[in-house]
Amino acid sequence: MRWGVVTFPGSLDDADARHALDALGEPSVALWHKDRSLHGVDCVVLPGGFSYGDYLRAGALARFSPVMESVVRFAADGGLVFGICNGFQVLCESGLLPGALIRNRNLSFICATVHCRVEETDTPFTSAYSQAAVLALPIKHGEGCYVADPATLQGLEDNRQVLLRYVDAAGRATEDANPNGSLRNIAGITNPTRNVFGLMPHPEHAVEALCGGVDGAGFFRSVRLTLSEGLPARTASVPPGL
Amino acid sequence: MRAKVYVTLKAGVLDPAGKAIERALHSLGFDEAHDVRLGKYIELRVEGDATQAANRLDDMCRKLLANGVIEDYRFEVGD
Repeated sequence: MRWGVVTFPGSLDDADARHALDALGEPSVALWHKDRSLHGVDCVVLPGGFSYGDYLRAGALARFSPVMESVVRFAADGGLVFGICNGFQVLCESGLLPGALIRNRNLSFICATVHCRVEETDTPFTSAYSQAAVLALPIKHGEGCYVADPATLQGLEDNRQVLLRYVDAAGRATEDANPNGSLRNIAGITNPTRNVFGLMPHPEHAVEALCGGVDGAGFFRSVRLTLSEGLPARTASVPPGL
Repeated sequence: MRAKVYVTLKAGVLDPAGKAIERALHSLGFDEAHDVRLGKYIELRVEGDATQAANRLDDMCRKLLANGVIEDYRFEVGD
């Protein structure tokens, strides 16, 4: 399989994402924002950064770039799309994921390592983790507060589309463990067909022990496992409460 | 035609910046200020007559200028 990492004007973590994939032995190619071709990749990564300066709203302008037209079609055909931080914002602005990401509750840009709990493991992005695994992952964002209307939130819970929640070190989704004010401590979600994933933490910065931890590697391994061995069977599970 | 577009946060959407402004107003003694909400104001010039411009502006707002998940919009067209 082959990964494609998109570079928009203002992307910052495109090289880091490719470095992380390289460290994990995963081949990747660069995808340019003006390029309509996805060059036959199996999974598209939308990286972190400030695409188009985040002018107007974070991710709002990137959604109209030529490459995004292809990404939207790719996703509609079942292709795997993995949005990290600004990539998550672009996916919400594109309508590939529900909801929106607004200014952090404390109005500050937050750069920290936080704990996140894996809520579902029967997805292409999380199958390598064990249920309720608590991961230490870096965040660095000013607009990471996930919001959606009550009906959308309930739909996400009912369909088990919340894949990652901010928790404390013991795995409890408390208010204190919520760094940015995200509703229901949501850190990452998937779409109803489970082939598009967006998260605010940066797994690509957590794949090497030298750089502070390897807890992020499982997301990339999950995609590799899914594409080589097929989708994990969907399990019925009790939705974890807050 | 000159146009003015106002983009505001929907009721119920958190507005930490609005809250911070409200606290600052109170600390300056403007205790009568409440429910501060921070929005965006966009000026532009649009070709065509008022009806055409209004239709196009509505399209612009829905496609780009506002995010319907969190924001409402309204606009004024005129010279």
